[in-house]
Amino acid sequence: MRAFAELLDRLSLTGSRNAKLTLVRDYLAATPDPDRGWALAALTGDLVFHAAKPAFIRKAVEERMDPILFRWSYDYVGDLAETVALVWPERPGANRGPELSEVVEALRSASRGEVQRLIEGWLDALEPTSRWALLKLMTGALRVGFSARLAKQADADLGRVPVAEVEEVWHAQHPPYEDLFAWLEGRSDRPSPTAPGRFRPVMLAQAIDEAVDFGKLDPADYTAEWKWDGIRVQAVSEGGVRRLYTRTGDDISRTFPDVVESLNFEGVLDGELLVMRDGRVAPFADLQQRLNRKSVDARLMAAQPAGIRAYDILSDRGEDLRVLPFAERRKRLEAFVARLGSTRIDLSPLQPFESWSELADLRAAPPPGDPQAAEGLMLKRWDSIYEAGRPKGPWFKWKRDPFLIDAVLMYAQRGHGRRSSYYSDFTFGVWCEDADGRRMLTPVGKAYFGFTDQELMQLDKFVRDHTVERFGPVRAVRAEPHAGLVLEIAFEGMQRSSRHKSGVAMRFPRISRIRWDKPPGEADELATLERMLERMEAR
Amino acid sequence: MIRPQDLLCPRPEGLYCAPGDFYIDPVRPVARAVITHGHSDHARAGHGAVLATPETLAIMAERYGADFAQARQAAAYGETVARDAVEVTLVPAGHVLGSAQAVVRWRGLTMVVSGDYKRRRDPTCAPFEPVPCDVFISEATFGLPVFRHPDAAEEIRRLLRSVRQFPERSHIVGAYALGKAQRIIALLREAGWEAPIFVHGALERLNRLYAEHGVELGPLAPATSAGKGADFAGQIIIAPPSALADRWSRRFPDPVAAFASGWMRVRARARQRGVELPLVISDHADWDELTATVDEIRPGELWITHGREEALARWAELHGVEARALALVGYEEEDDD
Repeated sequence: MRAFAELLDRLSLTGSRNAKLTLVRDYLAATPDPDRGWALAALTGDLVFHAAKPAFIRKAVEERMDPILFRWSYDYVGDLAETVALVWPERPGANRGPELSEVVEALRSASRGEVQRLIEGWLDALEPTSRWALLKLMTGALRVGFSARLAKQADADLGRVPVAEVEEVWHAQHPPYEDLFAWLEGRSDRPSPTAPGRFRPVMLAQAIDEAVDFGKLDPADYTAEWKWDGIRVQAVSEGGVRRLYTRTGDDISRTFPDVVESLNFEGVLDGELLVMRDGRVAPFADLQQRLNRKSVDARLMAAQPAGIRAYDILSDRGEDLRVLPFAERRKRLEAFVARLGSTRIDLSPLQPFESWSELADLRAAPPPGDPQAAEGLMLKRWDSIYEAGRPKGPWFKWKRDPFLIDAVLMYAQRGHGRRSSYYSDFTFGVWCEDADGRRMLTPVGKAYFGFTDQELMQLDKFVRDHTVERFGPVRAVRAEPHAGLVLEIAFEGMQRSSRHKSGVAMRFPRISRIRWDKPPGEADELATLERMLERMEAR
Repeated sequence: MIRPQDLLCPRPEGLYCAPGDFYIDPVRPVARAVITHGHSDHARAGHGAVLATPETLAIMAERYGADFAQARQAAAYGETVARDAVEVTLVPAGHVLGSAQAVVRWRGLTMVVSGDYKRRRDPTCAPFEPVPCDVFISEATFGLPVFRHPDAAEEIRRLLRSVRQFPERSHIVGAYALGKAQRIIALLREAGWEAPIFVHGALERLNRLYAEHGVELGPLAPATSAGKGADFAGQIIIAPPSALADRWSRRFPDPVAAFASGWMRVRARARQRGVELPLVISDHADWDELTATVDEIRPGELWITHGREEALARWAELHGVEARALALVGYEEEDDD
């Protein structure tokens, strides 16, 4: 329990993905089965207990100490599990602290009445960090920001195998993952990936470098289609098992039962999950309302009906098509989708073109209808087999140029990890009028990338030299018509938001240029953003 | 009938002893002062006459210059000095090098001012000695039951484990310049870390002073060789807490920000400061030490100077010790800048 608690403790304060992976990989390497498997499941949210309610924990601690001292402690710390973990009186000579697997097994066989006594006994025997981890686990409040995706990467790091190999077997594996670890440590063969309904590692596209790549590529070798603005999914239906996966193999079937129900086929499709109304693509914001929910209600499904726009086929009635060239797969896909005749699954059309310049014109001015909502274009070689990972050459994405505005830097906050000494999170604003008609800045977004290391140093210096006020880790900088800094902000889209004072929220904003030359008074107005938003909504 | 408040009473300048005409750890310049230890909120420059341990006088001279007071009188631990009708004895407090409790005796009444203290073992200073008394005047920096400091050696092992786990990064340990920094270094040596430890310039003078007083710190190097970032990979650097978020820390490769402080027991504190590796190591008594000390001394009355007075007073009340919060102002929370 101690090692698991220390892992949680560190993860909760670690921001960097690489550092998290190191911590988990080392834990997995040093911890025996089945503890490490349960730990991994706990981290990814696949092992959740609701064994203890806050009221019970409170009562248990108040039986052991002065309630007034407890209340003062709780007021100071602000988190019940953490407070109780710290104040719980030591019981010298209490039992040995339990291992994680003992906790899991004991809870499985314990009756309701026994659970509370078990928890109290464990708290007596553990030290504060372990008590904290136990309480977080028991109350179902373990949130450390470790996704299934990171778990797979940590497994791959442990076994020194490509992550795609772990992804392919992951869905046939269950906590505490003893077969998986046996394979990763070379003690047994790779678990069979042939379980029906399993995930296939996906093929990803490279971003095209316009200046270099087009000179070398022959347009005749490539096909083009729109890059849809939803989320990439893999729809699997095999032997009665139906699953919907994200591109990293996370199972989102429960979030989209309407889509899963429509998988009336035997095969594996690759496509874009979109909210579609009468065959038309709805804005990403609509889809967003349905993402990251554990369950979904009928009202939401009716309001935001989801479907799949298919662009590839990996398996057709048991036949693995990944070894076929794209041209062949495309024919099979077209026939497959036509046979289905589903209202929820349609085909991503190909866009014929003769030359790169013709395609560039198409990208700059998409025809009316769905292409207007696309993020850009996808280019795929006619002869490309379906290869897991991101191979260089067969597939390219060519994103639409971003929207640009000039905004004024208003606040800056220090970053984390290697950026902790830099002001690297920037809040920017545009001009609007207050109730009395005075011109003022209103914040419209926050950007923390898009700049080079060199530019970060310059931005950091600017912030330190022009601070007008401090609020903890945040500094307000000078931002007046004739003094301040203009940032050119690039973003992918915009939507209305009641959570933002300005009423708009940008998608994927980043700093594309620092306009040292431009007086802040000449930065954009909120009205400009509102016009952009109206145009986007009019599509 | 002699009342304790006739001997010591709080005033805006600090705790005042009328029959001896001196203040203990005054926060403003006064004519006569007794200083318990060298931390800047207790030991200020500009007093007329100062009585303190030789180590504390040396620390004050190092920080403020030799003329930090008009007159300086050293009293070794256990040596009794008369101040008018009052006898003052300085007794080890276990807080930092030279730190003392002020034992004040007058007409059969004994009052002990703890200053800042701890009960844990510390290789850099003499251990706290309990003194039977009528009134014990305690600090209460960590006077809440949530503050339970773990074993410092275990915290150092966690640091060393992290250094092994992230050999490509450097570890910067934020530590208060007087006492904490040297204790961390000494604990690292005890744990077998023999490599040079890199130190921020602000720590150098006090490190030297500790070494001159016989505290073994091993090889130290200035953390200044800028431009050769890779040199610091896998190294441990000790710096004042404020340097963690400062431009100074940029010379180090992807540093792990560690911070050695009792406040690190509370995760929100660590998070607020962007600390990645909190080390719960304190030079102040934790809740268990505070309460165990009161229990051991069993004073007639407990007075509480600074920190979380109300909780310790509540505990004392529940355990049959009469307690009173003095609400002295001007003492900072330990390295909580």
